[in-house]
Amino acid sequence: MKNPAIIGQSIPRLDAPSKVTGKAIYTDDMKLPGMLYGKLLRSPLAHARIKRIDVSKAKALPGVKDVIVGADTPGVKYGNWRLVPQSQDELPLAVDKVRFVGDEVAAVCALDPETAEKALGLIEVEYEELPAILSVEEATAEGAGLIHQESKGNVSLVRKIDYGDLDQMFAKADYVREDTFRVHPVQHAYMEPCSSLAQTEEGNRVTLWTSTQTPYIVQCLLASTLGLPENNVRVMKVQIGGGFGGKMELRPWEFCAAFMSLRTGRPVKFTLTRHDELAYGRRRHPMTIYSKVGFKKDGMLLAKDFQVMLDGGAYNAMGPTATFLCGTFGNMLYNYPAYRYFGRHVYTNKPPASAMRGFGAPQAAFAAETQMNMAAEELGIDPIDIRLMNAMQTGDVIPDVATISSCGFKESLEEVRRISGWDQKRKNKTPGKGLGIGCFSFISGGVFNWFNTKYNFSAAEVKVFEDGTAQLAVMACDIGQGPDTVLRQILAAELGIPIHKIRLISMDTACTPKADLGTWGSRVTLMNGNAIIEAAGKIKAMLRPVMFSELDLNQIHDLAFEDERVFVRANPKKGMDFAECVYKALRGREGEPLTARGYYTPRNKGLVSPAFSFGAQVAEVAVDQDTGQIQVEKMYTAHDCGVAINKMSVEGQLEGAIQMGLGYALMEDLVMDDQGRTLNTTFLDYKMPAAEDMPPGESVEIETYEPEGPFGAKEAGEGLAIPTAPAISHAVFEAVGYRCMETPITPEKVLRALGKIK
Amino acid sequence: MAKRTIELIVNGDRYELAVDPWRTLANVLREDLRLTGTKVGCAQGDCGACTVLLDGRSISSCLTLAVEAHQREVTTIEGLAPSPDELHPIQEAFVQHGAVQCGYCTPGMVLAAKHLLDNNPAPSEAEIRAGLSGNLCRCTGYNKIVDAIGAAAKKISDTGKEA
Repeated sequence: MKNPAIIGQSIPRLDAPSKVTGKAIYTDDMKLPGMLYGKLLRSPLAHARIKRIDVSKAKALPGVKDVIVGADTPGVKYGNWRLVPQSQDELPLAVDKVRFVGDEVAAVCALDPETAEKALGLIEVEYEELPAILSVEEATAEGAGLIHQESKGNVSLVRKIDYGDLDQMFAKADYVREDTFRVHPVQHAYMEPCSSLAQTEEGNRVTLWTSTQTPYIVQCLLASTLGLPENNVRVMKVQIGGGFGGKMELRPWEFCAAFMSLRTGRPVKFTLTRHDELAYGRRRHPMTIYSKVGFKKDGMLLAKDFQVMLDGGAYNAMGPTATFLCGTFGNMLYNYPAYRYFGRHVYTNKPPASAMRGFGAPQAAFAAETQMNMAAEELGIDPIDIRLMNAMQTGDVIPDVATISSCGFKESLEEVRRISGWDQKRKNKTPGKGLGIGCFSFISGGVFNWFNTKYNFSAAEVKVFEDGTAQLAVMACDIGQGPDTVLRQILAAELGIPIHKIRLISMDTACTPKADLGTWGSRVTLMNGNAIIEAAGKIKAMLRPVMFSELDLNQIHDLAFEDERVFVRANPKKGMDFAECVYKALRGREGEPLTARGYYTPRNKGLVSPAFSFGAQVAEVAVDQDTGQIQVEKMYTAHDCGVAINKMSVEGQLEGAIQMGLGYALMEDLVMDDQGRTLNTTFLDYKMPAAEDMPPGESVEIETYEPEGPFGAKEAGEGLAIPTAPAISHAVFEAVGYRCMETPITPEKVLRALGKIK
Repeated sequence: MAKRTIELIVNGDRYELAVDPWRTLANVLREDLRLTGTKVGCAQGDCGACTVLLDGRSISSCLTLAVEAHQREVTTIEGLAPSPDELHPIQEAFVQHGAVQCGYCTPGMVLAAKHLLDNNPAPSEAEIRAGLSGNLCRCTGYNKIVDAIGAAAKKISDTGKEA
């Protein structure tokens, strides 16, 4: 299928000029007249009962305008899984009990940040300390105390998948192995610390500018926690300095800004510090993963039993979705005649884990891909060959999940083999050096309606004007990944007008069509893109009668919209300017502008996602056998993201994903003490890769055409964060024989494995 | 502690300010002068988002007291473009090479690059990477930033314009 020329072009992002000149406005850049500064008091204990809070001294401090505790609030619990109300386990400020070091207990707002900070120190809280439960093993042990009374055994959610005859398949297997993997917590470490600014008007209407990935979710949950109609809350556009899954829920400071703004009648702003983010912020789930897998001796997969405990921390956050997706990605990539998944989301007294780039899949893939490499080794089959033998392809059905509508996985494997020089380099091994492989698949947005929205998953409104320009309104938000540009590329392609003639209104819950579930799960391009195409189709239908009557066209004629013209496809000379066509179409409409809306909700697309991306990555590493230092020398990637709408953006996603995957594998780790405190709370101690740590890369895009995606596009970028850690881990094994079963891969672990230290 | 009166020359404009002596330059730029292009990503000198030039040298403005900048020249991201409808070659290269995603590290990256190219007009790739060692980015993986700086260096030397 031939796409319009603008599809696939590396159009520089339209928001870049404002970002390189410092004009782009992020929430903390905003200051409104009369604005107050908010600060949060957090629990110093991992698990305790609140016996008494006295805020009188704080309230009496000159300059303090409001102090609130849990008892002052409506006390409405919230959580993203509205479909399952009992999963909504969070309160904006703790009532009765705190469940992690950092749990929000009280909030202050004052004339300046220093006074607010000082007031925090004047709040007296008396706690009765309870035993802190800091691991999934302790939490699920018999007789363990309960973190939430409602969740027996501290398990908040169970997900089971079961198909095929597992016992029979294992009985048929020539080779069965069982392994247990442990993966560690890391953080999104978006560069912009969270910030929220609320302003009230007309008594009880709230406008919120906030660093979020999910304006619609924040609008709905903020309204319910404030006890206001949804329509009284407006979340508005600001620039977002990265998210990666860490900004996709209602957060206490959003509530406190709005609630205290309602109480004081003044704007209130909260901005977190980096310490807040690292010490108390959301993180990727640590997991304990047991996996049993069976093969025929020729390498054909027969069965897998995948049992996972997710360390969810003190609240559900997006843990339920991670629990689902971990199961889905435990058996992706390859065809398993039988598969069983048993996933448990477990509460512990730690900062809540939540969504983070890959959403349960990076952990599942670390285990699954590592185990695949172990099996290949023992069966004496090349790791790429064993994958090719079992690889999913277009048309494959995953029971209860999906039918794969496009799949370039085999091609990805072949290409990554070629560009990495896999066969040659494995034949001529250099001591201390190795190549390793990791693969991935990921969703293009979710199907499961856990938020229980009554609206469409994505919506777009298109207006066209007689000067040949258009306006696109979408609730979707650009958190750095680029939809403010890509969505306009899609509309430009549909209407055949230049991208700079499209004005965009995005991320405003009051004046963009309902709804958009937000920026997560790689859903925006596919879902919003489809909504835009539907809206543009309606606009074109409004223009069609003009063309047919003005040019007296035959019923069999088809129209094209290209180069700012509308014309007969078979006879391009027959046509008129787009602007003229709009002008003519406007006549006789009694002044009604040309406006159309389009929507997208995945229907009959299984339970998980309307489309899946695929890919393979090879890491080339050198390991210093005296120091244990691991140098990643090069990364090779071949991936199938359908049709890339903006090639430069896709490359940027890939390169950014490698940075995050490299950090996950080798450097980043949130270290906690036995009191549940996170110890590395600065970027000096939380090490993430800098420019000098980045290996060169080579990549190939396997272009498939995804029938469910706009112009054939599907997920690009989030999934790419998945294969890097297993690829590096495999390469380290090939280099020095150390197989990492417990991430991260540190020099210390390498040296211990080599017997150089005890 | 009493406020101090200081004079700052920011992007060529002279400002007389009374500031608490403990306030950082980043804070005064953002809150008093409303030059919010200078970002604060950590306030601990680790991330480089707050990078500005002080007498032409790149510094972390979150670790610099405003009083230290008394009567000195500060260049922030707002002061780099030669005119309102023109970008500095480094800025232009960041736009064209896809070096910008969320944009929060961008002002600091651009100014770190400016410092680098002022001192080393033709840096190798390794020198560019070393020149960015004080600046963290979480979106781009740095490679497009490195490419952009290399391209800007070439453009500046080819045209002889602005370094």
